[in-house]
Amino acid sequence: MNPKLTRRRFIKGVIASGAAAASSTLWYSASGADRPAGAVERLLSLNVNGQVRRVDVAPQETLAHTLRYKLGLTGTKLGCNRGECGACTVLADDVNIYACSTLTHEVKDRAVVTVEGLRAADGTLHPVQAAFIEELSPACGFCTAGQVMSAVALLKANPKPTREEARQAMSGNVCRCGAYDHYLNGVMRASGQLS
Amino acid sequence: MSSHDNMPEMSLYQPVRVEDAIGIASQFAERGWLVGGGQDTYGWLKDRAKTADALIDLKGIESMRGIKETADGIEIGALVTLTEITRNALIKERYSLLAQAAGRVASPQIRNVGTLAGNVSQDVRCWYYRRGLNCYRAGGNLCYADTPEGMNREHAIFNASRCVAVTPSDTGPALVALEAQMVIQNASGQRVVPAEEFFVGPNVDIRHTTVLRPGDILTAVRIPAKWANAQFYFEKVADRNVWDFALVSISAAMRVNNGVIEDSRIMVGAVQATPRRLTSVEQAIRGKPRNESTANGLGNLASSDANPLNYNHFKMPLMDNLVKRAVRGQA
Repeated sequence: MNPKLTRRRFIKGVIASGAAAASSTLWYSASGADRPAGAVERLLSLNVNGQVRRVDVAPQETLAHTLRYKLGLTGTKLGCNRGECGACTVLADDVNIYACSTLTHEVKDRAVVTVEGLRAADGTLHPVQAAFIEELSPACGFCTAGQVMSAVALLKANPKPTREEARQAMSGNVCRCGAYDHYLNGVMRASGQLS
Repeated sequence: MSSHDNMPEMSLYQPVRVEDAIGIASQFAERGWLVGGGQDTYGWLKDRAKTADALIDLKGIESMRGIKETADGIEIGALVTLTEITRNALIKERYSLLAQAAGRVASPQIRNVGTLAGNVSQDVRCWYYRRGLNCYRAGGNLCYADTPEGMNREHAIFNASRCVAVTPSDTGPALVALEAQMVIQNASGQRVVPAEEFFVGPNVDIRHTTVLRPGDILTAVRIPAKWANAQFYFEKVADRNVWDFALVSISAAMRVNNGVIEDSRIMVGAVQATPRRLTSVEQAIRGKPRNESTANGLGNLASSDANPLNYNHFKMPLMDNLVKRAVRGQA
């Protein structure tokens, strides 16, 4: 296998070459002509990570699908795709939600933030990301993007949580490596309560 | 089981007025699907266990939001999320039973979008039914859970009628305990149904868990002042503290005067298809002190007429113990 052909590059390549064709032919041919009056407009201006992105979204399309396969934001992971694992957690108006269990059309008027949108303009990591590195929070790392987003949502609402409050707030994110305490250490460090 | 990442092609409507939503819902009838938080919607559609021609997203309807004080209690909009309920000062102060129940639903992310109306209207969690098997509840003519090999540890111990699934709602029993009223609108107007009559068992209608029919929209839940600031007890036992549905839950409201129980509403969840009211327990504790000895005196009164299945006998002592804890007043 070509060592440069990673899964991420492959997905991004598919997005770049296929999105335009798919959006103009496949989707429209199925629903364009006989669409009932009053149904939603497919072309959305989606506020993602502070940018307004124009994107063609099928009515039944989930936010996780739009982010990963239309906008190329593959930092948002799909684990179970059923709202049972938390890997796809993103923020909508600073509230953490499962992107796999949200229709993109449901967030068309809200500000969506993914893990790609946390970094400062100069590349400085978000305090939660820095704290997770410091505390060696991730093991395999698959759930990390979701854990980061839940921690960011918690600290926006409650900048100095107790460890128990943090445990509750992070409880919607499964870590199959079982690194929960390491993530909790990271949250406490990010809130300045662990040095 | 076929499992898919994407939902099949369907249309989506986002009305901003209840009247428009009712019009669209009436037009699509059985083929329309009302969406609040959507957390009990997308799994069905992704799995192709159920299908719809149109999703009707109600979240844009402002009149179905907000918690307001009324002349007799409070009115909670159908779209109020479970997180909002757990944080609302009025509910925490007067109806903490509901706040506690809402706080034990699923996970934080699901509570952030899941609505009160959706929590009481969600479908049962029997995995045979959820898998898309053609069971009684799905319109077929057998039950896969109530067979010698059927996995029925989570199923009903009371009032099974062909279907043995239980109510999955945590807030439902709390609302019945508080004598809530459900406000339902359709094309012919508005009707108000007591929470106790809102839920229906398989003996009444095996295809539905509530009185809601196509074209109906649950727009608000009213909680009367009657049980405001009463003594409450809520506890939910589940295999996992997050995501999981109750094995048995208890929601109790008690009026206690000088240590003596004057009146009570004791509701149990996840033991039958609807929230189960324990009128025998309510009668047995009336006029008695709220203490350990009254609790112990109940024995197995709550579960004495249960009809357990192969694997759920454990729900009987579990339920009796929860009743005792509710009556004595501490975990």
